[in-house]
Amino acid sequence: MMQVDLIVIGAGPAGMAGARLAADAGLTVAILDEQHRAGGQIYRDVDIVASARGDILGKDYTDGLHLTRALAHDNIRHIAGATVWIIEEGTRVGYLQAGGAHVVTGKRILIATGALERPMPLPGWTLPGVMTAGAGQILLKQSGVLPAQAVLVGAGPLLYLIASQMVRAGHPPLALIETQTRAHSLRAARHLPNALRGWRYLVKGLSMIRTLRQAGVQRFTAASEIAVEGEGRAEAVSFTVSGKRHRLICQTVLLHHGVVPNTQMARALDIPHHWDAAQHCFVPKRDDWGRSPQTSVFLAGDGTGISGAKAAALEGQIAALDIATDLGAMAADQRDAQAAILRRAKSVELAARPFLDAAYPPFAGALAPADDTIICRCEEVRAGDIRACATLGCTGPNQTKAFSRAGMGPCQGRYCGLTVTELLAQANGKTYDETGAYRVRAPIKPVTLGELSKMTTQTNESERHD
Amino acid sequence: MSTALTFLELTPPSRTVRVEFDGQPLDLPLGANLAAALMVAGVHTLRKTPVSGAPRGAFCMMGACFDCLVDIDGVTRQACMQQVTEGLVIRRTKTAGQNDAS
Repeated sequence: MMQVDLIVIGAGPAGMAGARLAADAGLTVAILDEQHRAGGQIYRDVDIVASARGDILGKDYTDGLHLTRALAHDNIRHIAGATVWIIEEGTRVGYLQAGGAHVVTGKRILIATGALERPMPLPGWTLPGVMTAGAGQILLKQSGVLPAQAVLVGAGPLLYLIASQMVRAGHPPLALIETQTRAHSLRAARHLPNALRGWRYLVKGLSMIRTLRQAGVQRFTAASEIAVEGEGRAEAVSFTVSGKRHRLICQTVLLHHGVVPNTQMARALDIPHHWDAAQHCFVPKRDDWGRSPQTSVFLAGDGTGISGAKAAALEGQIAALDIATDLGAMAADQRDAQAAILRRAKSVELAARPFLDAAYPPFAGALAPADDTIICRCEEVRAGDIRACATLGCTGPNQTKAFSRAGMGPCQGRYCGLTVTELLAQANGKTYDETGAYRVRAPIKPVTLGELSKMTTQTNESERHD
Repeated sequence: MSTALTFLELTPPSRTVRVEFDGQPLDLPLGANLAAALMVAGVHTLRKTPVSGAPRGAFCMMGACFDCLVDIDGVTRQACMQQVTEGLVIRRTKTAGQNDAS
């Protein structure tokens, strides 16, 4: 069994930056990640892609090279293609790699599992040809593949980012169907003075919108009653703007109305979560250093609340400072001095966030889908089924799971959890915190008996990290 | 249905290998993301759901949604988490009423 000081789960910005700082402080680090190369979703495959498509993807993407290259350190072992399926006693992590099951133990664990797309249940969102905007971006980053004449639906900076990357790649989207309204802009305006501290984000946003205008990409705003139509696959998107119904023919629809913390691993550890009203999602409980109530487990990055890649890297470093002090590798005053600098930088990164959250809120139609809209993709449970469960007296997602099977499929509630909480809270007139979320239990990802049977429990010399 | 140009590749692959999808031979880029390579090859429906038999394709491309499940060597895998290798035999997962012990 491999033994290290720190196990980092997730090789995105928070995990990579945290791993390097801990390694520099003298700790041995194992960083586990599901993908074959470091970077997380934001810097997916940047090591091999930056030279090929850096011009299309932009500097914010190629900046990730600083982090991936920093993993080359004698104290860091990057375990790629590793799927974590269990964490025991806050110190032991079981993972699958290349068809076998392995275990690594660490004195501390840093969970940096990032974000997921906020589920966007609409009529037709399960049809082939409908994907998340994040999926569209991953295709472009990792594979250099992009859809022709795609329609982008929803709200938020990521929608503009992928649209402008498609323009630069020479295949602009057919149209953007945006859900934010004038009322949202007015409400966001009061956050503008503070957002000016994060002016770089605002300038980037305006520049992306200009790119789309110059490329002649059609934009609709304040869209509602959005539906994807098609027999067997996406063939069109229909929607209403100012009382008028529109219909665009297209074969690819990319959905996005924000990303939310991927809390699966923190939930599996029974770390308490609470509802963040501004970001409209659950966030795990942790202190200013990212330490969870389970004192050997730290959390950093978008998995603790959405603040973007730059802030995530800073959070990873802040957590690593406390971990280093915890394990006697760094004096407390040195930790505090370094943390003060990182926290100042983080507050600048976060300055534009309240403005963005208010200007591009989740699409109301997807927070309250019609009764016949599928909300659990795996088990094909519809919004009306959850509302019927509420009528029967179900107060929380774990009850509706047993009643309706929502959340019982292979994705284990990742893409229906927030919707089920939302629907129950609405139907029962309760808060999100009162309504709660799915309990998550290991296996965090499916594991086959064949893989388990090959579990390595003996100390393997080649795996030991000294 | 004109699916040929739905997805485009910015750079042509340097080397392709022969794989089999549901009995059909396909030439896909070696080492490519399997879900992405299948999309470019015009395969948009990766499976039918066990509940209603509805068609599904890749959705999240990051291993979270499990919509791109395919059968590889008898084991259900997420196509978006697999790399294309020579001679890969990919089958559609079984649908409603066909569930075996797996």
